[in-house]
Amino acid sequence: MVTLTINGKQIKAPAGEMLLETIRRQDIEIPALCHHAAVEPFGACRLCTVEITRQSWDGWKNYVTSCLFPVEEGLIVQTHSSEVTRIRCTILDLLLASSPNSRVIQDLASEYGILASSYVVDAAGDDCILCGLCTRVCSELGMNAIATVERGRLKKVDTPFSEPSASCIGCTICAQVCPTGHIRFEERGLKRKIWYKEFKLIACSECGRSLKLTPEMKQYFSERQQLPEDYLEQCADCKQKQTVDRFNRIIDRSEEVI
Amino acid sequence: MCIKNSRQLKQVQRDFLTRDKQFTRKALICCGTGCLANGAQAIVDEFRIVMKKKRITGFSFEAVRSTGCHGFCEQGPLVIIEPEGIFYTKVKTSQVTDIIDTTIRKGVVIERLLFTNPVDGQKITHYPEVDFFTHQQRIVLRNLGKIAPHDIKEYIGNGGYAALDKALRRMQPQEVIDEISRSGLRGRGGGGFSTGRKWQTCADVESEMRYVVCNGDEGDPGAFMDRSIMEGDPHAVLEGMIIAAYAVGANQGYIYVREEYPLAVIHVQKAIEDCREIGLLGKNIFGTEFSFDIRIARGAGAFVCGESSALMKSVAGEVGEPRAKYIRSVVKGLYDQPTVLNNVETYANVPIIIDKGANWYCKIGTPKSAGTKVFSLVGKVRNTGLIEVPMGITLRRIIFDVGGGIIDDRPFKAVQTGGPSGGCLPDSMLDLPVDFDTLTANGSMMGSGGMIVMDDLTCMVDVARYFLEFLVKESCGKCVPCREGLYQLHGLVQKVCAGQGSEQDLDRMEQLSEVIVRGSLCGLGQSGPNPLLSTLKYFREEYLEHILHRRCPAGVCRDLIIYTINEKCTGCGACVKPCADVAITGEKKKLHVIDQDKCTQCGACMAVCNFDAVEVH
Repeated sequence: MVTLTINGKQIKAPAGEMLLETIRRQDIEIPALCHHAAVEPFGACRLCTVEITRQSWDGWKNYVTSCLFPVEEGLIVQTHSSEVTRIRCTILDLLLASSPNSRVIQDLASEYGILASSYVVDAAGDDCILCGLCTRVCSELGMNAIATVERGRLKKVDTPFSEPSASCIGCTICAQVCPTGHIRFEERGLKRKIWYKEFKLIACSECGRSLKLTPEMKQYFSERQQLPEDYLEQCADCKQKQTVDRFNRIIDRSEEVI
Repeated sequence: MCIKNSRQLKQVQRDFLTRDKQFTRKALICCGTGCLANGAQAIVDEFRIVMKKKRITGFSFEAVRSTGCHGFCEQGPLVIIEPEGIFYTKVKTSQVTDIIDTTIRKGVVIERLLFTNPVDGQKITHYPEVDFFTHQQRIVLRNLGKIAPHDIKEYIGNGGYAALDKALRRMQPQEVIDEISRSGLRGRGGGGFSTGRKWQTCADVESEMRYVVCNGDEGDPGAFMDRSIMEGDPHAVLEGMIIAAYAVGANQGYIYVREEYPLAVIHVQKAIEDCREIGLLGKNIFGTEFSFDIRIARGAGAFVCGESSALMKSVAGEVGEPRAKYIRSVVKGLYDQPTVLNNVETYANVPIIIDKGANWYCKIGTPKSAGTKVFSLVGKVRNTGLIEVPMGITLRRIIFDVGGGIIDDRPFKAVQTGGPSGGCLPDSMLDLPVDFDTLTANGSMMGSGGMIVMDDLTCMVDVARYFLEFLVKESCGKCVPCREGLYQLHGLVQKVCAGQGSEQDLDRMEQLSEVIVRGSLCGLGQSGPNPLLSTLKYFREEYLEHILHRRCPAGVCRDLIIYTINEKCTGCGACVKPCADVAITGEKKKLHVIDQDKCTQCGACMAVCNFDAVEVH
């Protein structure tokens, strides 16, 4: 355990923990768009920047991203000093210029009093803020179906050569972690389309409703979790119904015995 | 053949020197990229053709050496005749027979091929007498232009691998680290971190595996120090790396070279193969217990891959993006193992430090920045090229003594050091000593050693715009302040260049710069606004001139200038052809006129006019 000061309050935190976790545990709100508990911290959005100093630093201060900075003994942290707020506002202002149509960015910016960007707005800018969550979760699953391509402002998330990726299993986890909802997929009946690739969806072997599961996903999860072969064949409702039926049969039988 | 002990190494050296003594004269032909572009290979071939026909005692084709870069690329192809050191510049294939007949056979100097001193117009016969070379102190570049880079025997013949022999046989790894620490060597890639301390940290981490990596991803516009070293003396870099690996206990090394340096890749690859063949790389180096091998990792030419963590990701085959800074790569670097990453020039310094000792080395330069620094001196100076000077030398001496002053004696305006992360220093700073700390304290930085000299015809706003444009393109795009901030900053500077800026824009630039410096993930963003901030600091009037009077005093920013033709015009019509806009009209032998509606201010007319008739306002 280390002892540090956050916004004037002495706090104990487990050694090795990142500052952002410690700060959030104190119910202090700081935005972080590229952070997710499931993946390693990344430090792309820079919104969680805080001010740090030490008694021994003689008033010298440093600015670090709290998601990527482990707690240290004797650290003095300010999460909302005027300079921190200025950095955060500027970043939001910049994001609002590059993704002007994103609701998430608009709302977050307005929380910080920014209603319109003061920079040159890219009206055609999409909602992707390049937080890298999608590519990181995809890589965490072991798929690496998508990655960032190009660099600088041309950078985007895509499959290799913008073609259907052989390793994509159509799990849509990329779309689910996307903080701005930029990654979308189509689903109609027993068909799903994501990243230029069409997937069949498995139908429930009982009722025929979509399991929202691609055969590729079934194979992946069955192998990874070592599930019985027929485990992912029925929908939750049908499974529940089967269980109820089974219980009913047991009850019926026991009544017969009595 | 495998060298297993010091005696065998000495034997290789002796054999080479004995063979070399048979030649009464040698012809050294510079085959650096600059000279090759000027046709140096054709000169070498011509020597071969002529030599086939002629028989000269004490001279054979073996005595014709294609060497690495002399640094004087502007004057290439260069041919030097040893032992006199007769220095021929801009040699043509048609002159080769003459050189062989006159100079090599008889030792007579061919006057017209000599270099003319641009300062006083005098012809200079000998290589070391050229101003460009007299003011230099060549330690890192000791072999450049002297030895054939693709021949390991020549390197050994000139004392190469003796330092490695000494380190492996007579020094403990810790002693090597101590020697480097005491020498005061600091990283030449720009950061200036103590090399000894870096090695010590890496050696102290408990790990099974360690890596030694060489950063050859030089990407600053106008810089070619590392390229020239890798091309001209690849064994010096390898020797430094092997010594480093021995010191920290690494068994695998990588040299990261950008694909745009094809000659460097070829020469380094050849050097590695030669080393393996004679047992200087691979298992049991020099017959000792120590094993180490080096592989080349070729980069696709992203500027950001010169940053340590991005470089290591790229070597590992991932997207070249910098990662979190709280983990130091020296503790957890390539493949998450402790890694020593040094620049090409840093490694090239290592053998000579081990050879001559830390006490000798730390007497060169200044107490806090020991040794020399290689710069690529470019821009509006008379002598451009690769130079090596002791640390602590003033900017004035570099520009006016080594560089021979400004072209056409125009006034000096600024010097840009440190590449896109550095800054511009005005004439009031010319007497600053060049070392790591002084340059940083004055708003620029040492960087890897690019030095661009500018005269009064350079617009400082345009310079800031140029470097920002470079950085916008080279930003990896991972973090918001760098990706979006530099883009917006570039937009603001462009506004000033177009004469649409306001004074408030200057304040906004400064505020945004501060956020980019504080908020960015890696060094690219953190130092990205430097070219803007330093020009704003030292040349604010020039920005104000653009804003308040819509005037570009240097006559560069296209939106703010017009070209006109004055009465000096002879009506020769030379300017009509290069004008892509067909804006110039006029009868033969009569005054020509530029149609301002059609003119796009490209300046082509001014460049071709022989009568100073085209003016810029």
